[in-house]
Amino acid sequence: MVNTADSSQDIAHSAPVTGPVLGNDGRPLKASLARSLRRQKLRALGLIAPLLIFVLLTFIAPIADMLFRSVENNIVGDVLPRTVVALKDWDETTGELPDNATFKAMALDLKEAVEDKSHTRLGSRLNYEQSGISSLFRQTGRKVKRLDVEETTDFVAAFEDMNKKWMDVENWQTIKAFSGRFTDGYFLAAADLTKGPEGIERVPENEQIYYTLLLRTLKMSLIITFSCILLGYPIAFLLATLPLRTSNLLLILVLLPFWTSLLVRTSAWKVLLQQQGVINDTLVWLGLVADNARLELINNQTGTIIAMTHILLPFMILPLFSVMKTIPPSYVRAAKSLGANDWTAFWRVYFPQSVPGIGAGSILCFILSIGYYITPEIVGGTKGVFISNRIAYHISSSLNWGLAAALGTLLLVVVLGLYWLYDKFVGIDNVKLG
Amino acid sequence: MTATSHDDAFVVFDRVQKSYDGEILVVKDLNLQIAKGEFLTMLGPSGSGKTTCLMMLAGFETATSGDILLGGNPINNIPPHKRGIGMVFQNYALFPHMTVGENLAFPLEVRKMGKSEREAKVKRALDMVQMGEFAGRRPAQLSGGQQQRIALARALVFDAELVLMDEPLGALDKQLREHMQFEIKHIHENLGITVVYVTHDQSEALTMSDRIAVFNDGVIQQLAPPEDLYERPENSFCAQFIGENNTLMGTVESVTDGVAAITLDDGAKVRGLAVNCGGPGSRTTMSLRPERVYVGGEEGLVTTEAEVKELIYLGDHIRCRMHVHGNDEFVVKVPNAAGHKHLQVGEKTLISWETADCRALDA
Amino acid sequence: MNMKSIILSTAAGVVAASAAGAKDMTIVSWGGAYSASQDAAYHQPYMKANPDVNIINDESSAEAVAKLRAMAEAGNTTWDVVDVVASDAIRLCDEGLAMEIDADTMLADAPDGTKASEDFGDLLVSECFIPQIVYSTTFAYRTDVDAWGGKEPSNICDVFDLEAFPGKRSLEKRPINNMEWALLCDGVAKDEVYDVLGTEEGQQQALAKLDTIKDEVIWWSAGADTPQLLADGEVVMGSTYNGRLFSLIEEQKQPVKMMWDAQVFDLDGWIIPANLSEERKQAALDYIMFATDTQRLADQAKYISYGPARASSAPLVGKHAELGIDMAPHMPTDPENAKNTFLYNYEFWADYRDDIDAKFQAWLAQ
Repeated sequence: MVNTADSSQDIAHSAPVTGPVLGNDGRPLKASLARSLRRQKLRALGLIAPLLIFVLLTFIAPIADMLFRSVENNIVGDVLPRTVVALKDWDETTGELPDNATFKAMALDLKEAVEDKSHTRLGSRLNYEQSGISSLFRQTGRKVKRLDVEETTDFVAAFEDMNKKWMDVENWQTIKAFSGRFTDGYFLAAADLTKGPEGIERVPENEQIYYTLLLRTLKMSLIITFSCILLGYPIAFLLATLPLRTSNLLLILVLLPFWTSLLVRTSAWKVLLQQQGVINDTLVWLGLVADNARLELINNQTGTIIAMTHILLPFMILPLFSVMKTIPPSYVRAAKSLGANDWTAFWRVYFPQSVPGIGAGSILCFILSIGYYITPEIVGGTKGVFISNRIAYHISSSLNWGLAAALGTLLLVVVLGLYWLYDKFVGIDNVKLG
Repeated sequence: MTATSHDDAFVVFDRVQKSYDGEILVVKDLNLQIAKGEFLTMLGPSGSGKTTCLMMLAGFETATSGDILLGGNPINNIPPHKRGIGMVFQNYALFPHMTVGENLAFPLEVRKMGKSEREAKVKRALDMVQMGEFAGRRPAQLSGGQQQRIALARALVFDAELVLMDEPLGALDKQLREHMQFEIKHIHENLGITVVYVTHDQSEALTMSDRIAVFNDGVIQQLAPPEDLYERPENSFCAQFIGENNTLMGTVESVTDGVAAITLDDGAKVRGLAVNCGGPGSRTTMSLRPERVYVGGEEGLVTTEAEVKELIYLGDHIRCRMHVHGNDEFVVKVPNAAGHKHLQVGEKTLISWETADCRALDA
Repeated sequence: MNMKSIILSTAAGVVAASAAGAKDMTIVSWGGAYSASQDAAYHQPYMKANPDVNIINDESSAEAVAKLRAMAEAGNTTWDVVDVVASDAIRLCDEGLAMEIDADTMLADAPDGTKASEDFGDLLVSECFIPQIVYSTTFAYRTDVDAWGGKEPSNICDVFDLEAFPGKRSLEKRPINNMEWALLCDGVAKDEVYDVLGTEEGQQQALAKLDTIKDEVIWWSAGADTPQLLADGEVVMGSTYNGRLFSLIEEQKQPVKMMWDAQVFDLDGWIIPANLSEERKQAALDYIMFATDTQRLADQAKYISYGPARASSAPLVGKHAELGIDMAPHMPTDPENAKNTFLYNYEFWADYRDDIDAKFQAWLAQ
């Protein structure tokens, strides 16, 4: 009496097809279809071409270039071509200086390098690996101009005369170790590793920093993301359930932080959180905190977490809000009509459907927070700074772009790894922006 | 089966009012008794207050004043999840993150029922709607009709005595809808449950209900079994809202023995059953079903003149639009029976009806 | 027309468009009161004398080295004159990003005919550097700290004395200066500081000394931080540039005093980016010739308490333009202030900056 299969279900089961289906012009149907779609595809490509070219030129290419710098090491071979060749035959493990011919090659190379001042650039490059090489090249550069290559025979003595540090085998070892066109030195440094006499080893404990910073960055980004969920979820829920007019007004309040400059906002946190600041003053006035035991809310991890949570909160609320808005109120009503109390209806029915919003918001907050450095720099003190602060330092201050690039690449790899984990355990389909 | 007093009624609305903004009443003074086992339909256009009544019964809206009683007990202060009322929602509201089986087990789980008992009940409910094999599917993998069945099974699985349905068939195509109407009706009869059903589709209401409450403007216009409602509408709103209807406007001249003599606006005089038309001098709307009008004059009937405007051939009958005393949209269904006269467009003819079929209602 | 030529012609168009405003000169500096003093002492008089030149101020000096490198790599340097600290000038010179300056031909002689190279003397720390001011990184302290019982710090080692002078201090978030002060207060003789700091043990010794006050230090990275922290009472003493402290004390009248002991002299000055077009290079040199003469350098001291880099300018330093106070006693070079001073060791830090900074940051992060 009842047919359970609806008519729509039968359509899928058409007769099995053997061999390619031919159109009425005798060509395979697939080929004809592909041809008729080609024009559409070309037009689609034409439409996205401007953006594609723009992104390629202004985004992909610079990033690729930056990543390439993390392994690129042409400068040694370019500036010291003869020396690099001569050093090939030198056994750096004996602890003896290279031969006179190598010193001569260095003299010839340096004389040329001084012309376009590339010797000091090389010095800066090698100084990342061995302190003192920078001044060695700069000082030798001034003196090598007066060195007569034709007349000199004992180049070892001549170099010793110019600067005693040339007699230090370690400097030569460094030049040889980094004479290749490519180097893993930046990546090793970024992982707190170094090339020692017995291969790759950890740097001394008092110089390990990037591993600590990376762990701290990940841990604090998670905490920040979690605080964003905790604070943002109720607000997004409220926004999604209120009438449109009210929720739009409140949404503007949520977006308000975006309208003030990041620096102003972060500096405002300073005024609020410092020991003589508004919050501590209020707590002391209320008698909750003794005047000589004011809370340390800034220049530490607490400061970074508070300020970053504030800054990233909209990135959590907006995807949550747009996902929650698509959850019809009838689901919760249905759950209640089926006997679930408020909490069960929320937890078993509403919450699982808002998970894609949490996923999207968390990914946004987490990735943004991993890359932040201005706010941690201002309010984070020493315990609250992120690995991005070191990247920024190497980009703008130490000019060690290779190390910055290697750190950036590592960070990218870690983020991609976490993304993969997220996909594996939560599922990337479970991310919705509305 | 019809409840006539508070005492034997299962569900009672007692002087219930509802306002959202404190200015406009969306439900005005609702009094309604529903008997145990009854299938009652709330029918009306959108915004008439029928869904609000259903939501008050379910507990999702609170009555602004008045009492709602279930099984003799007031339920105004009982939260929805403690009312034990099954509900089928307009868009089914099947939980998308749970399988069909989990959806059905949900009300049993929150009632802390044991696993084996739960499984038995879920299976029975699924079998009842012929969906036994779909327990492992997700709602999104089902067709509209299948989802509808699951929603129904879920509302029934925890043995609710009262099931509310809010336009449950609205999203289905016509054929499936008609099929499901019968199915719901059968389940209702087999289980002996009480159903309160909300729809704006009058044919659905006529097919399924024991009684229909016609809502308009927050007031029940008429509460009656389907037959009475169609045959004997008590006001012009019900006459027009249910089924096809011809109207003639006029003024009451006199009322004698329940029959009103009426002067139509163009001066013609007709008679009709005085139902709800007031005394002499008051305006009235004459209501007349198209199938109760005969072509040709006949002894003992009310007979008047008409001009044929349009003819539509519909196989078993011919739909004839006529001009009758100022009404251009007067429709007569002429049976396509042997020996019937064939009308021509523009032809003038007589039409007639029984006095009892022409009801004089409020203006 | 292939892709390359399209890109090239587009780029040429952009260059041509910017060349149309050839009289614009972009001068990069630090912003704030410092840029204001340069505007009053150099830019305005120069534009008055050369009405066809329009000076555009850019406040990017903090990132000047990185930006100049990026511009040079892109082949489009848009800056004409850049104000940098001496250590940055040395690095820019090393990187080939700044042009070499011949002081005697490119800079003005002193009014008495002394050659520029002699007038600037030792302050010409790099072939590319044109010194402008001598500033110092030094300490200041609040005068209203009850816990000090009326004592006031007068010695650099009071910074490390938490018992006599409890309270938070602010120090710069880099090893330079802090390491020297730490060694000095850990018994290392002043003239041995850099020999010790060049060794692993010396670096550990300095960090160990800093460890004794680490919990009480707020680390700053912007010059404005310490004055703000002092004014808010967040710290009781802190280091920063002396000019910032001058305005905190003399202009804002905060209860703060200078402590000049072991102040570290540093230089700030101009460089001209390498590879400018001949026309722009000549314009930049013309500006430099004007802006670094004896009178102009002395003029700047009217607006900010930094010492002019020329010996011949010192006698011409007068009163503050607005406050009307004598500026000479507020100069770091004033004999009363300069009893115990350091000069930033450019050679040493160029070599050890990366290494010691890595250790310092690792120590900070612990």
